[in-house]
Amino acid sequence: MELIWQGTKQAILLLVRGDPEVLGIALLSLKVSGTATLLSLLVGIPLGTSLALTRFPGRNIAMSLVNTGMGLPPVVVGLFVSIFLWRSGPLGLLELLYTPTAIVIAQLIIAAPIVTGLTMTAVQQLNPRLRLQLVGLGASRLQVVWLLLKEARLPLLAAVMAGFGAVISEIGASIMVGGNIYRQTRVLTTATVLETSKGNFDMAIALSLLLLLLTFAVNWALTWVQQRGRTP
Amino acid sequence: MTAPILALEGVKVAYGRALVLEIPSLDIQEGQILAVIGPNGAGKSTLLRLLGLLEVPTEGRVLFRGHPIPARADLLSLRRRMASVFQEPLLTDGTVEQNVSLGLRLRRANRAEVNRRLQEWMGTLGIRDLAKRRTRALSGGEAQRVSLARALVLEPEVLLLDEPFAALDPPTREGLLADLKAILCKTRITTILVTHDRDEALALGDQVAVMIDGRILQVDAPERVFVTPINEVVARFVGVETILPGHVRAVSDGLADVEVQGWTLQVAATLTPGERVLVCLRPEQITLFPQGGLPAASSARNQLRGRVIRHLPTGPTHRVTIDCGVLLVAAVTRQSWEELGLADGAEVVASFKATAPHVIHRA
Repeated sequence: MELIWQGTKQAILLLVRGDPEVLGIALLSLKVSGTATLLSLLVGIPLGTSLALTRFPGRNIAMSLVNTGMGLPPVVVGLFVSIFLWRSGPLGLLELLYTPTAIVIAQLIIAAPIVTGLTMTAVQQLNPRLRLQLVGLGASRLQVVWLLLKEARLPLLAAVMAGFGAVISEIGASIMVGGNIYRQTRVLTTATVLETSKGNFDMAIALSLLLLLLTFAVNWALTWVQQRGRTP
Repeated sequence: MTAPILALEGVKVAYGRALVLEIPSLDIQEGQILAVIGPNGAGKSTLLRLLGLLEVPTEGRVLFRGHPIPARADLLSLRRRMASVFQEPLLTDGTVEQNVSLGLRLRRANRAEVNRRLQEWMGTLGIRDLAKRRTRALSGGEAQRVSLARALVLEPEVLLLDEPFAALDPPTREGLLADLKAILCKTRITTILVTHDRDEALALGDQVAVMIDGRILQVDAPERVFVTPINEVVARFVGVETILPGHVRAVSDGLADVEVQGWTLQVAATLTPGERVLVCLRPEQITLFPQGGLPAASSARNQLRGRVIRHLPTGPTHRVTIDCGVLLVAAVTRQSWEELGLADGAEVVASFKATAPHVIHRA
């Protein structure tokens, strides 16, 4: 108990003093996971919407693949991204391994199926006749999609939160493709692991608290957008 | 004569192997209000989607103002000349005003025009007070008014209504029906109303099409469909409850003697002896008297003795089934029922005029 108490006290001191190392790590986490989430929206929302709205042979298989992808183990993603980016790998020439970009790529692969899958469900759970009604009021194909997404914004924002939540808290891929390099690719989760293994519990607790705080702040903002203008 | 605003030619719709719709031809004239009635599952909604260019027929073609709709054309500009209303209001999340103006905004109408039409049509439908209300807070009747306003504000060339009143309670429904009737009479928007409700068809339609099992069996003025259905199926759907098979024995002075299971009925119709016919009677055409209580001055030529076998109170009337060797169904007002002292098992005389029955020829 003493350990937790002392650690927490030290952690709060670190945070209050605005320790530059801790803040740098937090900022990088936010930047990397934020970028990965944004990119996953660009991929996942159009893909999820088209899976929900079009009929084609093999659609069920495609949907199952997406749903499976929602539970993709980060270490597996880390492994394959590492292989691809390895110096002698197919994309080795890009020299991206152990850079923040590599972490963004890995996190994008983790978040995209989550956003796609939840978008798919969000659009599918709208009244199917709403689409016909919108067409019947003279909406173009693009206008229909836009209006349906607007109608589904509540579960869509949940998709954003789930995507962000998955990548900000993920560690396996970040450590494998990022390498946890000091001041370069060290993010909140990888730093926490390192500090814990070194026995620096105060630092580890400070990083964990910051991770929780950051996740809360982002989700609070998204929830605010989601719940705007709604009464229970 | 100008081309009909909408027409179907040799149209078939099949889902997989099931043929759900087959209409060799149908013309809808500009300004016409066509009520399509039929039981659930008759293909009415499919017909409406075809006419609204929301679905393409498996076979045949749809014509808009005489021009066939090409199979893979950009239908957007044509669709924007029509508007649909469905049984569910299908409003989007937001305010009433945002919903009513939706179609106009989709068409990129300018703000002044949007506001002018918004005020006009929200006023006409009596929802101006609800303008800022969120749609989630509306009652069913209010929501359907918003849905109608959202379509009418487009001032479409064709209005397509798919059971718009089916989910409403009777008083709400009647209020909205009366308002819609007034709007359609004033604007003369070409309208196709699909309904399973005969009263709605009678109230709104100036033509009624009876659709059963994917086919349109009769298109006529409402009173003609209801009084002179062309066959037994249509007759049953439009509320003819007594349908008696018989054959013509003799004809004189425009009166035919039709033999129906031991009774000889006198029917005013142009018939030839030996012909096989169906004698159709609506419940309200049959009058009941207690046995022996028949007024001497009754002009009704047909009087059948029988016994009440059951009765069903339906609002202001009782539907009474009488066994006279053949079964007749009569509508008797609650007041008459009591005054005549009728009850199940009572001996009665069922009478109707020679001009009352509608006669359908049988093969």
